[in-house]
Amino acid sequence: MNELLRRLLFLPPQRSTVAAEIDGLHFLVITITMVGATAVALAGGYFLFKYRRRAEMVGKPNPGATSRPALLVEIVVLVLLGALFLWLWLIGYRQYMRLAVPPEDALDVYVMGKQWMWKFAYPHGAASVTDLYVPAGRPVRLTMTSRDVLHSFFVPDFRIKQDVVPGRYTTVWFQATEPGTYQILCTEYCGTEHSYMRGQVVALGPEDYARWRADGEKIVPREPSLKTDLTGRVEKLDAPREAQAAQAEQTMAWRGQRVAAEQGCLRCHTLDGTRHIGPTFAGLYGRRVPLESGGEAVVDEAFITASIMDPVREIHLGFSPVMPSYLGRIAPPDVAAIVELIRSLRRVEPAEGALEEGIRSFDEEVAAP
Amino acid sequence: MSQTATVDHVVAPDSGKGAVDYIRNGKGIVSWLTTIDHKRIGLMYLGSVVLAFLVGGLFALAVRLELLTPSRTIMSAAGYNQAYTLHGAVMVFLFIIPSIPASLGNFLIPIMVGAKDVAFPKLNLFSLYIFWIGALITLSSLVLGGIDTGWTFYVPYSSRVSTTAVVNVTLGAFIMGFSSILTGLNFIVTMHKLRAPGMSWYRMPLLCWALYATSLVQIVATPVLGITLLLLIFERAFQIGIFDPALGGDPVLFQHFFWFYSHPAVYIMILPGFGIISELIAVHSRRKVFGYKAIAFSSVAIALIGFLVWGHHMFVSGQSELAGTIFSFLTFIVAIPSGIKVFNWTSTLWGGSIKLDTPMLYALVFLILFTIGGLTGVFLGMLGVDLHLHDTYFVVAHFHYVMVGGTAVAFFGGLFHWWPKMTGKMYSEKGGAVSAILVFIGFNMTFFTQFFLGSRGMPRRYYNYLDQFQPLHAFSTVGSWVLGAGFALGIVTLLVSLKNGKQAPANPWGGLSLEWQTASPPITENFESTPVVTHGAYDYPLAQGQKEHA
Repeated sequence: MNELLRRLLFLPPQRSTVAAEIDGLHFLVITITMVGATAVALAGGYFLFKYRRRAEMVGKPNPGATSRPALLVEIVVLVLLGALFLWLWLIGYRQYMRLAVPPEDALDVYVMGKQWMWKFAYPHGAASVTDLYVPAGRPVRLTMTSRDVLHSFFVPDFRIKQDVVPGRYTTVWFQATEPGTYQILCTEYCGTEHSYMRGQVVALGPEDYARWRADGEKIVPREPSLKTDLTGRVEKLDAPREAQAAQAEQTMAWRGQRVAAEQGCLRCHTLDGTRHIGPTFAGLYGRRVPLESGGEAVVDEAFITASIMDPVREIHLGFSPVMPSYLGRIAPPDVAAIVELIRSLRRVEPAEGALEEGIRSFDEEVAAP
Repeated sequence: MSQTATVDHVVAPDSGKGAVDYIRNGKGIVSWLTTIDHKRIGLMYLGSVVLAFLVGGLFALAVRLELLTPSRTIMSAAGYNQAYTLHGAVMVFLFIIPSIPASLGNFLIPIMVGAKDVAFPKLNLFSLYIFWIGALITLSSLVLGGIDTGWTFYVPYSSRVSTTAVVNVTLGAFIMGFSSILTGLNFIVTMHKLRAPGMSWYRMPLLCWALYATSLVQIVATPVLGITLLLLIFERAFQIGIFDPALGGDPVLFQHFFWFYSHPAVYIMILPGFGIISELIAVHSRRKVFGYKAIAFSSVAIALIGFLVWGHHMFVSGQSELAGTIFSFLTFIVAIPSGIKVFNWTSTLWGGSIKLDTPMLYALVFLILFTIGGLTGVFLGMLGVDLHLHDTYFVVAHFHYVMVGGTAVAFFGGLFHWWPKMTGKMYSEKGGAVSAILVFIGFNMTFFTQFFLGSRGMPRRYYNYLDQFQPLHAFSTVGSWVLGAGFALGIVTLLVSLKNGKQAPANPWGGLSLEWQTASPPITENFESTPVVTHGAYDYPLAQGQKEHA
């Protein structure tokens, strides 16, 4: 039945875990609306025929010329329509809320749209253009931004779509049900070559995916430029590539920490709650912090991004405006990675002297399967 | 009410011998350009919007022709982006928004309420000049680099990246907005202050109610568009950061501002169409409207709730999930009054005396196409389903069903209905009927196909598309030729009647509202003396003292 309706309505194949569910709602709506449209057409057609103007009727009052609805009729129509639409909304609302939340164990991939191509950066350091490599059967969460104008990430076979906005991060997730390649289309007009801004999701089976992870990387992670006080971590980052690839699940947060070390963030910001030159990253995310200029700010993606690019604009109460701007000195994927790092530390309590504790809980976060 | 009850003290039909009708009262182009007669102003608007319709239509045909094949057919990608942008911008700002209110509304509202003119006749003429100036500035982009942003002008593409004449088009739309506001103001005051003795609110024709609701939206929403476009112009011209993230702005904010106007604007476009259809169905069925108050108040309800649903254009824009569900909810609420209208229109056919004159054919075309347009909106209001359909051809098909199948068809229906009144000429019924049928067939060929294209995943605004979509695209393109022929035949039929048409009687359709109680075409003062109204606009059956139209 599902397959028949899908073909009848020209819907593409269902290749993600949510596609069949979304199509199910599609089928429900089309059934209801077809019934409604048919009822209007049949009633209208019947009236047109039955009450057509005949010669003998001319000059006489029509049978129903004065009939008006009782208020009751209108109220019944109002209530029925209202109940129908409310019911549809409720179904749509519940489904949407379920679909909107990515699974906890989703693999992170960073996406950047630019005129007119898609770029993908993976947590283990690899990058690709146009082709997005993912394991089939695993949830994947995309954190997306644009370098220039609006774009929109659309995979018809997955039934997912999300605008990609410059200056913001948007997320979307999917889980491919089987290995294969699936068209990516840009659906927000972005200039002359908009219709050529396509790509594909390459969903790989477990073995292929492992092979791609091992051999397919085109970009070698940069050598960390300095050793930080987070000595143990950096040693780990310096480990041979094979060892990194073998590491179970590397996340955006993991990458964020490498970037934070490279860029020197960790010389002033600690990860364990210790107070240093800048506010600690531990437990910072989502908190309401007091500002030097008075007032408060919520530490979210926007605030962190702004603070990296224009650090002296809003200063955390009690700290000095000494941080340089990283505008143009740090790649957008790395900014996203740092945001993810800070987010991953949100549950670490920023207490004094919690160094060991902080590092341990961070390790758990990062190494969580 | 007695069988002979009719409007008292009105000039008897066909007897305006002493007075000169409004067309012959004053000769030469200057007499037209300086007129303050609402009928002449309405006629000049009519000419302007039909011209705009032809320009926008030519762009539409060019767009469809280009899409006949997956890659280049007749133009480059840059040319295509300009063609569809100009199609959208011309159709929205120069045709649909002013179409029914400024042309038919201007002509009919004062006559329908029994007034000599609108409340502020000079302001009315001023509105027309503002419209012309704005339209010329918009069209100047045609020779000054075109525009390729889409009619939605989304930033930062429009403010920073595009090298086309964005400022001309947005400035033109900004200026035309004032025309829209002043016209709305004029209508509201006219309906409040200039109704003839006995013309209570509930005796007014439903077109007046619809245009009243439209005017409310025009006055309240249009300033927001004006401010938004002005901010866009500032950002583009002076690099003042408002929407562009590179300057510290927020591109999603622009979308909120834009749709805060442009969704209510959808109702500026469709509500007048609702009004016309209510007239056509009642008069050509010779029957009291089923649910007069339901139709009247649903127009007002749509106008008010319509302000709260703009976010349903932005389900995938990055606005929060919570906002998405709230806008989805409000969208379902605003669908209820539209459903009530369809119910009442269909019920108005029940027990009537129905004659399939050309206006009635157009009304039936409207009823079918608008119902499809409305119901496909339910798909897009469902959040999950919208994830797949958003910004695909499904959306393109949906809004064309509402805007063309709804508003443009209603506009043509209204034009055929009141043409005898406006010009004093009867047109060829055969030409009118064939045009309505061609429009119906061509429209469905063009746009029903696009529901399938969209479901299959064809994004909108694509110059180049995958080969798998070609058969559907080609069919749609052929349909656009049939549709174009239908509209062209309609316009030709009307124009030919000016030369060859028979003299129209005062009341060719047997209508009861005031415009049918004065001569065709009316005299400059509309009525020889102020009419006194003793019945509602649809109080059938009444002996009308005129020949029945069988």
